[in-house]
Amino acid sequence: MKKKIGIGKALLYVVLVAYAIITLIPFLWALSSSFKTLEEIVSGTISFIPKHFTLDNYKQIFIEQAMFPRWLLNSVIIAVTVTILNLLFNSMAGYALARLQFPGKKSLFIIILAVLMIPAQVTMIPNYLILKQLGWLNSYQGMIVPTMINATFIFMMRQFFINFPKELEEAAALDGLSRLGIFFRIVLPLARPALAAQAIFVFMGSWNDFMRPLIILSDPQLFTLPLGLNSFKGQYISYWNYIMAASMVFTLPVLVIYAFFNRYFIKGISFTGGK
Amino acid sequence: MKRTFSKKMWRETGAGYLLMSPTLFVLLLFIVGPIVFAIFLAFHKVQMLGTTTFEFVGLDNFQRIVHDTRAKIAFWNTLKYVVIVVPCQTILALVLAATLNAGLKGQKFFRIVYFLPTLTSSAVLTLIFMWMYNQNGLINHVLKVLGLPTYNWIGDPDVALNAIMIMNIWSTAPYFMVIYLAALQDIPDSLYEAAELDGANVLQKFWYVTVPYLRPVTSFVVIMGLIGTFQLFDQSYIFSAGSGGPNNSTLTVVLLIYQYAFKTLGTMGYAAALAVVLAIIILIATLLQRKFSKEESLY
Repeated sequence: MKKKIGIGKALLYVVLVAYAIITLIPFLWALSSSFKTLEEIVSGTISFIPKHFTLDNYKQIFIEQAMFPRWLLNSVIIAVTVTILNLLFNSMAGYALARLQFPGKKSLFIIILAVLMIPAQVTMIPNYLILKQLGWLNSYQGMIVPTMINATFIFMMRQFFINFPKELEEAAALDGLSRLGIFFRIVLPLARPALAAQAIFVFMGSWNDFMRPLIILSDPQLFTLPLGLNSFKGQYISYWNYIMAASMVFTLPVLVIYAFFNRYFIKGISFTGGK
Repeated sequence: MKRTFSKKMWRETGAGYLLMSPTLFVLLLFIVGPIVFAIFLAFHKVQMLGTTTFEFVGLDNFQRIVHDTRAKIAFWNTLKYVVIVVPCQTILALVLAATLNAGLKGQKFFRIVYFLPTLTSSAVLTLIFMWMYNQNGLINHVLKVLGLPTYNWIGDPDVALNAIMIMNIWSTAPYFMVIYLAALQDIPDSLYEAAELDGANVLQKFWYVTVPYLRPVTSFVVIMGLIGTFQLFDQSYIFSAGSGGPNNSTLTVVLLIYQYAFKTLGTMGYAAALAVVLAIIILIATLLQRKFSKEESLY
């Protein structure tokens, strides 16, 4: 019996390690390519350790494409603003739907649930026309305002606030705080775990979004990173050492955030995972 | 309204709508409004020369889909993609989650590693894979070493879509794995103990306890997978530099919608019609999946 378990365990480890390798190889390959010279890239030799280790690619991409820092800045401004606004607005809506009694609440909740089912492609074309009418194409607000709420996270916050202990709010009400006062002073600060999970997903969604900027932004000055990266690839199609270096630079911020907050990721997924 | 609103109720209503106001604003202007607008567009011919004009054309845009060869190709490619990717990523996610949940040492490390693709942007992942799919690239090299046939992954119309499928199964499975992991924690140990008493081995326990218990989660994962795969766009766009090539082999419905809406003149109404059809297909697929999984659970 004991021996059997040993074999089973070994097998499980083989599976785990094999899949870890499958997961890591693309990243390691990209990382190693980013340190290779162009000659080594075009020669087609396969080695994970660069023959002539060089940091030039990382320097060169910023010289060849002077707009990279600007794209980085655009991405940061848009993703950070979208995240902050989402945290605030989704929590406000979630709290109202969970705790307040007002006419029209039920229909609003049903509309928000229904919106979850509508694919973005349906609203994409009208969104473009509306933003054009507003003069918001090629602008930060065109990227930010339509994405500053998110039905999924309104729903998640509502579930969170429904399970929130009522006694705290009642005590605050006795102390004479208004509804809004209770929300901003008592409830919101205590919702930190739910907010952290939400922040990560909203930030990543905005940071990695490709289709919306592709449609809304045509001025290279305003490109976000994914868009800029794609146009960079168009210009330097055989310079894979540059493309990989650029890819690595722009993956780093998310990895750093992940390293710090990885426990919230798992929580966040189980929040959104229909629970 | 016979019932008079008390002062407190008025105040609560005010607070409610104040808290809801940003949501209401975006919901109306950028979601609900556009849905109505999209349906309007689908029945019109849109011209965008200087000023935008709308001309009512009835069902013309929908009839056009039937006669459009590229639309047929796009729907076929998308269907192929959905039918292959959804089961593969779901099974892979379940197997990975079950393996991770076996209580081995270092599972936290593996979980962190597995999750990496989910964090990386589709643009970066597509570029990394294009580099690996290169004719003299890493993947062909490995295939050669193993004595397997090599492919022109990006340039050959017969394999380009498969290349995208492999990449996306690899990158989305970990996300669903985490959803399964959360659900696995909820399975009561007593179920496994009972199965052990009946003499079940590891695989039998997986098949007769884990899989049935996770059915509602699987239903959720499949629905999310369906919605996601039907909307394939980023990877196809980057892979083919926006064309859907080679020879329309990576053309998906959403890429086609994008091209008709923003790259060719006078076809925006037609693109809206395609988008409406896609939304209806996704809705039907979701409902069918729900119905099937409900019927199954009756047994």
